[in-house]
Amino acid sequence: MTVADSTPPAPVLVNLQLNGEPTSVAVPPHWTLLELLRYGLGLTGTKQGCDKGDCGTCTVRIDGEPQLACLTLAVEVRDRHVETVEGLGVGGEPHPLQEAFARVGAAQCGFCTPGMLMSASAYVDALSLQDDPVVRREDIAAALGGNLCRCTGYTKILQAVEEVAQLVLDRQRDLAEPAAEQP
Amino acid sequence: MLRLPPFVLHQPATLAEAIALLAQHAPDVRVISGGTDLVPNLKLGQTKVGHLVSARFLEELHGITRTATHLRIGAATGLHALAQDEDVREVLPALAYAASRIASPQIRNMGTLGGNISLDTRCRYINQTELWREALGGCLKSHGTECHVVPGGQGCVAALSADTVPPLIAYGAIAEMVSDTGVRRAPVADLFQQDGTWHVRIAREELLVAVEIPIPAPGTRVAYRKWSVRQSIDFPLVSLAVRLDTDGAALVGGSIVVSALGPRPRVLTLERLAGRPLDEALAQALGQMAYDRARPLPNIPYDAEYRRERMVIEIRRAVRVLIGLPEKPLMLQT
Repeated sequence: MTVADSTPPAPVLVNLQLNGEPTSVAVPPHWTLLELLRYGLGLTGTKQGCDKGDCGTCTVRIDGEPQLACLTLAVEVRDRHVETVEGLGVGGEPHPLQEAFARVGAAQCGFCTPGMLMSASAYVDALSLQDDPVVRREDIAAALGGNLCRCTGYTKILQAVEEVAQLVLDRQRDLAEPAAEQP
Repeated sequence: MLRLPPFVLHQPATLAEAIALLAQHAPDVRVISGGTDLVPNLKLGQTKVGHLVSARFLEELHGITRTATHLRIGAATGLHALAQDEDVREVLPALAYAASRIASPQIRNMGTLGGNISLDTRCRYINQTELWREALGGCLKSHGTECHVVPGGQGCVAALSADTVPPLIAYGAIAEMVSDTGVRRAPVADLFQQDGTWHVRIAREELLVAVEIPIPAPGTRVAYRKWSVRQSIDFPLVSLAVRLDTDGAALVGGSIVVSALGPRPRVLTLERLAGRPLDEALAQALGQMAYDRARPLPNIPYDAEYRRERMVIEIRRAVRVLIGLPEKPLMLQT
């Protein structure tokens, strides 16, 4: 006999860090992280698309890595750090990527945008940790390779991420090599 | 919206606990690691199971260690970690490359080597929702008696689609399984059977712990080739590894491992070609050899005969890379 024939298993208490906040929540073992976020916690920024790992719109960052909330069992994020699009901006201000997406016009219907932002933020963060970072469109395209967009044709999304990545690197260089003193 | 059916999830902290849970609940149990194959298959009703045992908290299944003769890769090692690992890239470059070509960045951050080896077979019919499948009344892999992709087919021919399997076989990898009856070691080449309903010869009581791969001799080189519709996300339409053992000037032996055909990879050994010089003629000969002996079926997308021709092209390219010729024939360069 499988469990499906009997009473559904009881919810399990899960402790995790959600957007920097310690969170305790009881969740049934067959709920995905996506269901917990959207229907358990009301965080609807993370979108529900294909529900089987093809489209990437449910991308969240788990311990910093972009992962798919629709294929992650909520109970399996025990003791881990989960970041959703709601946690991207700081102090009510949009993240530079969000600002660039809006300015460049990188969103049309917008359904892929939260997932794009989470993959892009992981790319930008990883870039700034490299020894000799270079911004390349092909690397950005590879980093966003798990996120489908059916409206934009991707060009403006790549442009927005490229601008922010370049800005981050420029700032890093400015900090590392202060401009020579004026004579 | 696709939802998971209820199940009991076990999260053992030790290997002993995990093995006991598998023994207790077999056959109504599966191991879950990254979940990127199992979760969609559960949602689609392709897999039905009452108990899941998580591999996430089992230390013995994580990490890569290198000895003088072998690399040992824990089954729960992530695919992205595998693709990026310096030792793997240095001594098993075709495995690192194959891992880097699996699905998408998110799925490589979640999926594991053991999960990829255990990846369920795929076909145009089965990887659909239960409701969709009901319309045609089930198939050999799905509560039915008729194959909908190979008319009149008597056995399920759903395709092995794991990208890491061809290079693992080409490198001579050994899989290590544990169960309550002890440790079992088997070549990865022997883990698969010609039955698409369940093609992996790992018992429900067994836990795949690690694979051990001998460090290739200096004259041995392996290349992996994958052809898929898009560069990202997609499963392979052609997936193969070519291993050439050479003495520097001529072929000594080796193998061609072709996957994405049926439930089991085809392994063609090259001993009978020993002595052949390492040249374009060898690339052509190996392509022809595979064309004659490995036959794609209409089980996954794209015309089967087209995939057969494409397999030959990919084999030639693999051989050219391995023997230092330009990857594409000069006549096609513009």
